[in-house]
Amino acid sequence: MKPPPFEYHDPTTIPEAISLLGSYENARLLAGGQSLMPMLNMRYVFPDHLIDLNKVGGLDYINTDADGVEIGGMTRQRDIEFSDELAEHCPLLSEAIRHVGHIQTRNRGTMGGSLAHLDPAAEIPMVCAAMDARIRAQGPNGERTIPIAEFALGFMTTALAPDEMLVSVSLPGWASGHGAGFQEFGRRHGDFAIASAAALIEVGGDGKIARASLTISGVGPVPVRIEEAEEGLVGEAGSDGVFDTAAEACGELEALDDIHAPASYRQHLAKVLAKRALAQAWERAAS
Amino acid sequence: MSATRTISVTVNGKAYEREVEVRVTLADFLRQELGLTGTHLGCEHGVCGACTIQLNGRSARSCLTLAVQADGQEIKTVEGVAPSADELHPLQEALSEHHGLQCGFCTPGILLTLLEFLDDNPDPSEADIRLAISGNLCRCTGYQGIVDAALAAAERLRGGAAK
Repeated sequence: MKPPPFEYHDPTTIPEAISLLGSYENARLLAGGQSLMPMLNMRYVFPDHLIDLNKVGGLDYINTDADGVEIGGMTRQRDIEFSDELAEHCPLLSEAIRHVGHIQTRNRGTMGGSLAHLDPAAEIPMVCAAMDARIRAQGPNGERTIPIAEFALGFMTTALAPDEMLVSVSLPGWASGHGAGFQEFGRRHGDFAIASAAALIEVGGDGKIARASLTISGVGPVPVRIEEAEEGLVGEAGSDGVFDTAAEACGELEALDDIHAPASYRQHLAKVLAKRALAQAWERAAS
Repeated sequence: MSATRTISVTVNGKAYEREVEVRVTLADFLRQELGLTGTHLGCEHGVCGACTIQLNGRSARSCLTLAVQADGQEIKTVEGVAPSADELHPLQEALSEHHGLQCGFCTPGILLTLLEFLDDNPDPSEADIRLAISGNLCRCTGYQGIVDAALAAAERLRGGAAK
C-alpha cells in the first residue's frame, strides 16, 4: 500500500505554511499523520500537495494562565498526557487523552490534527465541546477565533476554510476543585468509542451544583452538549435521582446507525454513560 | 510528479543517506531501501502495531510516517535491540523464556513498544502492561506470554533477581 503521488512541502514558519496552503489547489495539511496517513495509504484522499507542519515552529506548547489553558495545534497527545499542568487545571483532558488511540499513535498524533479531523467518536473534540473551547485559526486574511459550537459543523466537517490553518485551542478554565467525569464504551481500549460522555461539575459554597457541563460523543455526527440537563442540575445536590433525570435527556439524541452498533444501542449507552460521568464528576468535585 | 528528496537518517546508530520518493513510508524505506526487514507490515494503516519503531526514542507507527519526515532523525528498529550479535536484550530473553512469541510477526513491534514503556514505567502492573500493548495485535499467544515476559523483564531491568 502506498500513498498516491503528491508534492511535498515542509515549511518552517506559520506564514510560510499559510502561504503554501493558499497558493495551491487540492492541498492538505499533515499534522501528526495518525488519521491522514491511513487515508493516504488506503487512497481515500488524493491531495496534489501535502504541507507537512512538523517542522513549523511555535505550534507546540501548553500555556496555562488565569483564564484557562491554550494548547498549540501541533502539541503531541503524549505531551498532553504527561503534562502535570493539565492534570491540575484540566483533568478532563488529562483523563480523556489516555483513550486516544495507543502510545504509538499518541506519540505522533496532535491536539489540532485530531480536532481538525473531527471524527464523531474522537475524545479531543468531545473535551473541546465540554469546555467551550475556542479555536484560533489563521488564513491569508489574518486570524480569527471560532467557538467550538460554530467549529464542529457536521460529520467530519469543520468551519475551517480551505486556506485556513488551526493554530491553537483555548480551553477556558473551570474553578479549581471542579470535578471531571469521563466514561467511554468501546469494544477494546484504544478503539473508537461507540459512545462516550464527559461531565464537569462545580459545587458552590452551599454544597449544591453551581455549574455543570454534560457532553455526549460518538452518538451523533458531532459531540453534543445536553443543555437541558445542565440547566436542570444547577442548584441541586448530586444524587442518583438527580443524575437519572439529567441522563434521561440523552436518550433521545439523533444517533448514528452503523456496523458497530444500532442507533437504539447508542441512545441507551448515552443515558447510562451520562449518568456515570455525572456521578463521577460530582464525587470528584470538592464541595 | 512525485518528486524525490535526499534524506539523512541514523538507524540503530548507523548513518544513511538515500534519495527517496516523497510518498514512501518510513516502513517501506526501512525494509526496501535499507534492507532492514525486521520491521513488519501488517495492516499498513496504523491499527496492528507490527511496524512499530522508535523515532527519537518514542515508539511510532512506521507505516504512518513518511521517510522524508525522518530526515535528520534517529530511528531504532528491532535490528538495534540486541546489544551484540550473540547476546539478547533482557526483554528478548524474557519473551523467549515465557513463550511470548510463536510466529514472531508481531514481536518487533511489541519489543519497540515495551522498551519505551519499561523506560517510562520500570515497575508496571500487569494491567499497565496490557494497556501499553493494546496497540499491538498478536494472533498467536493470547498475550499472556507477552505480559509474563514484560513483568519478568521489568524485574530484570530493575536489577532484581531473574526468575
